[in-house]
Amino acid sequence: MNTKKRVVAMLLAGGQGSRLYALTKNVAKPAVPYGGKYRLIDFPLSNCTNSGIDTVGVLTQYQPLVLNEYIGNGEPWDLDKMNGGVHVLPPYETQAGASWYEGTANAIYQNIRFIERYDPKYVVVLGGDHIYKMDYSKMVAFHEENDADCTISVINVPKAEASRFGIMITDDNDQVIDFVEKPKEPKSTLASMGIYVFSWEKLKKYLIENEKDANAKRERGEKRSKDFGKDIITSMLRDKQRLFAYEFEGYWKDVGTLDSLWEANMDLLSPNVPLNLYDPKWKIYSRNNNMPPQYIGEDANIENSMISEGSQINGTVDFSVVFQGVTIEKGATVNYSIIMPGTVIKSGAVVEYAIVGSDTVIENGAHIGVSPETLDSKENWGIAVVGHNVTVSKDKVVEPKQIISDNI
Amino acid sequence: MSVNYNVLGLIFASIHDKNIKELTDQRTMGSIPYGGRYRLIDFPLSNMVNSNVPEVGVITKANYGSLLDHLGSGREWDLSRKKGGLHLLPPFIHSADKPYEGRLDALNKVWSYVEHSPAKYVILANCDVITSIDYNPVLKQHMDSGADITLIYSQGYYDFKNNRSATIVDFDENNNLKDVLLDPGISGSCKIWLETFIVSKDFLWNIVKDADSRNEQSFTRHILQANRHLYKIMGYEHKEFFTRIDNISNYYKANMMLLQSETRNGLFRENMPVFTKIGDNGPVKYGVKASVKNSLIADGCIIEGTVENSVLFRGVKVGKGAVVKNCVLLQGTTIGDDCKVTALITDKNVTISDARAITGSESYPLYIDKNGTL
Repeated sequence: MNTKKRVVAMLLAGGQGSRLYALTKNVAKPAVPYGGKYRLIDFPLSNCTNSGIDTVGVLTQYQPLVLNEYIGNGEPWDLDKMNGGVHVLPPYETQAGASWYEGTANAIYQNIRFIERYDPKYVVVLGGDHIYKMDYSKMVAFHEENDADCTISVINVPKAEASRFGIMITDDNDQVIDFVEKPKEPKSTLASMGIYVFSWEKLKKYLIENEKDANAKRERGEKRSKDFGKDIITSMLRDKQRLFAYEFEGYWKDVGTLDSLWEANMDLLSPNVPLNLYDPKWKIYSRNNNMPPQYIGEDANIENSMISEGSQINGTVDFSVVFQGVTIEKGATVNYSIIMPGTVIKSGAVVEYAIVGSDTVIENGAHIGVSPETLDSKENWGIAVVGHNVTVSKDKVVEPKQIISDNI
Repeated sequence: MSVNYNVLGLIFASIHDKNIKELTDQRTMGSIPYGGRYRLIDFPLSNMVNSNVPEVGVITKANYGSLLDHLGSGREWDLSRKKGGLHLLPPFIHSADKPYEGRLDALNKVWSYVEHSPAKYVILANCDVITSIDYNPVLKQHMDSGADITLIYSQGYYDFKNNRSATIVDFDENNNLKDVLLDPGISGSCKIWLETFIVSKDFLWNIVKDADSRNEQSFTRHILQANRHLYKIMGYEHKEFFTRIDNISNYYKANMMLLQSETRNGLFRENMPVFTKIGDNGPVKYGVKASVKNSLIADGCIIEGTVENSVLFRGVKVGKGAVVKNCVLLQGTTIGDDCKVTALITDKNVTISDARAITGSESYPLYIDKNGTL
């Protein structure tokens, strides 16, 4: 069988996701639940399948147990292939010794042999913590048309927010002339989405060079790094390589923080947000856990919400996203919140403006979070977070901005 | 528990199709949708998987396109296997001149498949009985008792005016089969055979070949009734929830029963998942003016109106201002804005245009054909 692939995708899934605090205590960020029945990694994996990319390497490092089990043989995303398919790639030991992935570029560097097996023309580098639907094949075509060495997907962000992103400055032909990480005074509003297409021969060259340079610096005791944005892109620009910005139009959300994770879920409930999970032509696939349909009881009151399989709802749910197998008892109230799989909200409990992790129990009378309208000062307001496998006892209160990861 | 290569499962996917003509016009009993996201075959098939039966043959007769589509390679039931796994046994598996008549004839026609299984025991089930059961205790009883045939039955209510193709059984004090009645003219609580039984492969071969030589086809009539004194036929009582689908009105009731927690708890038991083909639909979306009470809703539904006492299958849309009461809406049904629909069964992909009012009655729900538009 011909094992050659035109495109191979490498998905960076090893990050700790430390800004998600309690939610990534025992799981890697790409395995964090999102959108009622998905995990973050479902989006890039489904995009790959829908874009015709059938060979994906998933680079894992931090807390990989749940993520590995979730990806399995890739069957839910149609990535269980005889040639290609999804491969989980943890760091490994060699005769030269063992080393962790030291940065995004190093993670790919350590898996050059994996990529070479498919002899690809292009390598797509993806993150595991963004919510978006994107046809990568169009971006690869754009890359090819421009005879580019590297194409970076960018999105136009409001000027006020530009200093939070890596900003690309381009000429009239979309060619990148400069790249600045989190500029104080941004000269453009084109933010990098962390999605790259590289011509493989070129990327390989830069990965090897960067590795050598960084190791030499280490021996000299200098600061060094092995990252895509910081090192590979910068070096390529310095060498006047052909870098292009591919402008993406559509919904894209970085869910690196608790606030943005909450917002990205709330976005699903807004009719004005262009993220359609019901398009049969571009399905977002996920691993299914064989639960019966949801049952909505006599006393339920549900408006403007998303609820998933296996849930039993008999309380009030408004502006919320409820995952699989959640129980919301009669007399419980859930507003503007995200309730992750298997959690029980007991009668009389109130959950507002909160994220509640999976397999957690909120006992009778407990109160999680508050509405911003009830506070005098908005300064003190923020979403409340309860982690996975936690019990919040009867009548306990979790304040806004508070993050609970152990029983209270 | 690990796999038990000593047992083979056989499912009759097309028995009693005629009882429910409306729904089997374009499908067979096993592929009738039920409970929001299932097909009837999911129940016996999941029971076998949950009982560690490693190999299952599905015997079909006619209209099995939708069944083949549903089962595929058996992957969703974890039956896409090198050892054992799922085998579809359509009619004309050999150059038989016509499709089978009755269970014994069917078994005779697929015997070469059964013969090649290494199993010593065979569990046989139909699709028109919905229940969740672990076959392992039945198997144990069958082996311990030395019975030739063990019939699984439940105590339930039978009414000759309302039920069809029911086999009523009775056992003596030693649990030996005493009497067998097929569609008797009685009403009341009795022991209803769940159309499921266990036999050894050798014994099954004997009765199948014997029946063939006598040109007999019906397991109920020619074995259970005619030969009950000749063979050691014993009973096993299953005490969990069960229901039979034997006409469209009972089909409607069987769906409605899922609105009671006892039914859901009896059918969706812990560690007994019901497997089915995955649809990859989004979660259910409830609109700003949605109002839903006492309903079972499958993924992919988008509800903007009012839904009460209903079962909604995957991908049903209920428009703004629409009121849906006491309905069973199959996959892909669209209820337009401001519709009022009551006691309706809509088959797959039915569309009810805006502002229509349609009312059936709970005893005779109105059935709307597949792909119909009103």
